[in-house]
Amino acid sequence: MNLEQLQRAMAAAVMQPLTADEEMQPHNAAGLAMKDVASEFIRPNDRLTAFERLEIYNRQYWFRLQSTFAEDFPALRAVIGEERFDALANAYLQAHPSRSFSLRNLGSKLLEWLSDNPHWAGRRAELAIDVVRVEWACVEAFDNAEYQPLTLSEIAVLGLDSTVSLQPHIQLLELKYPADSLVLELHQRQRRESREAGARSDSDVNGSSSNTRIRLRKKATWLAIHRADLSVYYKNLSRPEYITLAALRDGRSLPEALEAGFTGSRMPATNRVLAVREWFTYWAELGWICQPLVAESGINSKVG
Amino acid sequence: MAGNRFNSFQNYGVGIGLRIPHYDHIFSHKPAVDWFEIISENYMIDGGRPLHLLDQIMEQYKVVQHGVSMYFGSAQGADREHLNRLKRLTKRTHTPWLSDHLCWGSIDGTYSHDLLPLPYTWEAVEKTATRIREVQDFLEIPIAVENVSSYAEFTSSEMTEWEFLNEVVERADCGILLDVNNIYVSSVNHDFAPMDYVNAVPAERVAQIHIAGHTRYEKYILDTHDHPVIEPVWELYARAIERCGPTPTLLEWDDRIPAFEEVHAEARKAEKYLQPALSQQAEPELTGAAK
Repeated sequence: MNLEQLQRAMAAAVMQPLTADEEMQPHNAAGLAMKDVASEFIRPNDRLTAFERLEIYNRQYWFRLQSTFAEDFPALRAVIGEERFDALANAYLQAHPSRSFSLRNLGSKLLEWLSDNPHWAGRRAELAIDVVRVEWACVEAFDNAEYQPLTLSEIAVLGLDSTVSLQPHIQLLELKYPADSLVLELHQRQRRESREAGARSDSDVNGSSSNTRIRLRKKATWLAIHRADLSVYYKNLSRPEYITLAALRDGRSLPEALEAGFTGSRMPATNRVLAVREWFTYWAELGWICQPLVAESGINSKVG
Repeated sequence: MAGNRFNSFQNYGVGIGLRIPHYDHIFSHKPAVDWFEIISENYMIDGGRPLHLLDQIMEQYKVVQHGVSMYFGSAQGADREHLNRLKRLTKRTHTPWLSDHLCWGSIDGTYSHDLLPLPYTWEAVEKTATRIREVQDFLEIPIAVENVSSYAEFTSSEMTEWEFLNEVVERADCGILLDVNNIYVSSVNHDFAPMDYVNAVPAERVAQIHIAGHTRYEKYILDTHDHPVIEPVWELYARAIERCGPTPTLLEWDDRIPAFEEVHAEARKAEKYLQPALSQQAEPELTGAAK
């Protein structure tokens, strides 16, 4: 067995799901006894068999990923309950093991995976999917890039065929539920409980919000999750404002974006000019608009 | 304090790991700390609060980067995005040296996020040393590799762990981040004399030393970084200082993190060993010169 073969064999064993008792499975996916698999490359000692030594790594792998996943999605855990969350986490992490050097990206495929596999969230799947949208947007808004913004006067002199970009930290969401308020409340509670628990990171803090009784009625919601002064904020948007921003983000010109935004809108034409002026004033104040993003071109200068 | 080319001849003293629960204390009390070690991956991002706070820390403190996912021993090639982000961060921090672990952790693009042990084979020596050289050339700063704690040994191993370490660092021409707690943990898990390990390390290549606590179970020890340093580890540290001379030292405390003062006080116990070595200007027992 050369180095690459050994590493592939060990990775397969380490990443194999644990049993319900959080032990290494007795057999692998091919039906081979794990004690035989382990003995092929692990040496036993006078206290531990090869199986038991490999099991230490198997358990560490799952405990680390499960705790990171739980830290990133505390509101999802509260919405679907602890038991269902644990099962969902294991299924997701099995389907999408980490493909990044950073655990920050562990949940990057959750929205797509849960949308394809909603049964893992139970009868609250639609709400759970919205909650995942908000929680993952918070991760992105927290540390995505911020470029030098355009001022209102710079935006005002842009030509009609100009395109602009949104700051990469801005996440635009279209939700079936007003999940933002729920996530905000649950995140605040989690922070409060962490503070009360002191600096020590006791693992039982994470589970304390899972008994919350959550009742939320459906209501179409358009949202921007963004960063200002290093903190993540949620801003409710009107539907035309959301569509206009999404079109700008996607590289449409200003007139195209505005046309898209007001298509089907019942807002009187006389009010639209005023609304657009207000939007751009607000977006410029928050620094949301910047030059079109061109990878590695040096056109955008990063802030921070 | 004697530096060497593997730590850019820096005379750093005793540092601690920069951890989020301590930010408030650091910014409000501005404690006198020789240096902070940062986990590189926490700052290999595009913006936001972590980088802002790091910049604030760097205005007042010396910072050294320590990585957890370079996986020098992984059989396949390095992740280019990882390397590019790491290089950008080194230009921001001006870290005088950079450390990561002598281990593997990824295969076929999937990451374990663990520090998995290597088989001590000649194939692993060659591949790991080649990777370290490539990374060192790309980053253009000295690299120190850290010995890891391990819980398993491989049937294919052809040498001891310290022989493996020595072969790798000689061929890669890199430094060592000597973790004396990891030596102790592995010595219990694999039944070897930890002092044999400390005595075998090429002292002239030791750029930095890690000290930490661990958790003892019935049949093995886990490297948990959640306790004070135990006396047998201090004895290994004393011997390392005797051999290497005063060396930048860092206390790791990563779980169940106590108040800043407690962590700092634990770290400063190292001064008991460093100060005499400094004041006596004793010649360290460096055995031979790094080639």
